[in-house]
Amino acid sequence: MTATIDRGKATEPVTQIPSRPRRSRRRVSSNSLKAVMAVSGAVLVLFLVLHMAGNLKIFAGAESFNGYAAWLREVGYPLLPHRGLLTLLEAGLVVAIAAHMYSAIVLARRAANARPVKYAAKVKSRADGYATRTMRWGGVIVFFFVIYHLLDMTFGVANPEGHEATPFDRMVAGFDPSRWYITVFYVISVVMVGLHLRHGLWSALQTLGLARRYPVLKASAAGLSALLTLGFLVVPLAITFGVVR
Amino acid sequence: MNLTLKVWRQSGPDDEGRLVRYEIEDVSPDMSFLEMLDVLNERLILAGDDPVAFDHDCREGICGMCSMMIDGVAHGPQKNTTTCQLHMRHYKDGDTIVIEPWRARPFPVVKDLVVDRSAFDRIIQAGGFISVPAGSAPDAHAMPVPKVDADDAFDAATCIGCGACVAACPNGSASLFTAAKITHLGLLPQGQPERGSRARAMVEQMDEEGFGGCTNTGECTAVCPKGIPLDTIARMNADYLRASRKSG
Repeated sequence: MTATIDRGKATEPVTQIPSRPRRSRRRVSSNSLKAVMAVSGAVLVLFLVLHMAGNLKIFAGAESFNGYAAWLREVGYPLLPHRGLLTLLEAGLVVAIAAHMYSAIVLARRAANARPVKYAAKVKSRADGYATRTMRWGGVIVFFFVIYHLLDMTFGVANPEGHEATPFDRMVAGFDPSRWYITVFYVISVVMVGLHLRHGLWSALQTLGLARRYPVLKASAAGLSALLTLGFLVVPLAITFGVVR
Repeated sequence: MNLTLKVWRQSGPDDEGRLVRYEIEDVSPDMSFLEMLDVLNERLILAGDDPVAFDHDCREGICGMCSMMIDGVAHGPQKNTTTCQLHMRHYKDGDTIVIEPWRARPFPVVKDLVVDRSAFDRIIQAGGFISVPAGSAPDAHAMPVPKVDADDAFDAATCIGCGACVAACPNGSASLFTAAKITHLGLLPQGQPERGSRARAMVEQMDEEGFGGCTNTGECTAVCPKGIPLDTIARMNADYLRASRKSG
């Protein structure tokens, strides 16, 4: 005996949407690119801590500040050549910034590619706030700030005292009360750096798989970012308001 | 109550699609969101129109089929709630509700609000098997599992694969989904032999499908109807990086 069971529509073959052809070219995984961002970001954070400590020497007077700047160029001499360690560190920073930016650009392009059709309704953010949403454009702004900052303080091109002056004189001239708009620009930029760090610090640990106890982690990230922001802000503000002259 | 709906209508994968406005009267606050759409569809059918296609199955919040972006929030305004468990009492007379499908390249629209989520199936497939004796039932307590691990693994295993994480992610990343699956096996002794290779294969498949990378925004976990926590992603990242270091 044979039985014919008619299941009707339910068992009819469904027309399959063909899956996209597999990419033949092997790409670096997004996770690996994020790890590159985390490690290069960590290098830059370490640099910022040292940079801030150096800046604060301005409160110990011109001699201390200039002495520190000179020491940076002489450290390790005569074992290392003049400016040896500093050049090495600078090269490391350039590599870190390049790696950080390259990964960010590739990831941003992949993200844009992952959502070709946008939502019609405004997508409501239900999670972390401003700092998280401004990572990409904030990073771009920080990059342009760094370029100006180098022209101002390192190369002296955008500084009234020029390259030949002592670091202390350049610093004091740069944030002279008459150049208050420069100070405002620095304040805004440094706050952008702080926001970038607020998300970046804990995000890096998350990316490397080291994140634990999120409330503590996020609070620490916010605390450290605030500390760095204040440490960097106090110097230009002190000069503009005449505390350091 | 009377509502204005703006529903994404798209006749097929190749259609451009558009938001269509519907006025719907006498919506009971006791209706679920999907029942409200059922009523809309009944009226559309009576009027000779094509009903709005949307995915649904269990209607009790456990199958992961319902998938709608409601006013720019995946699964709508209620936390830890699937669309089917969202009720109309959260809306008031005169409200306008915009309903759209999940938006991601790996989730192509099939029709109206229905998207093809087989990219998730392929990520699961990439994970492969786990090495367990599949013959007789194992002895109780033969394999000790710490309570905390059992709880965390279970929490991760509650992922229903609805895709809200992808829909809400500004990067269109499937990290929360993939991480939930990696965590649920990776925390248990049965999942250990293939832990590294599984994490690697699933993460790479996720990229292959065209999902974006994770930027730790936390939007995914905020809309996840099962509240899958962000630490699953940390675990996925750790497993992936460890596996990549080992095998280069």
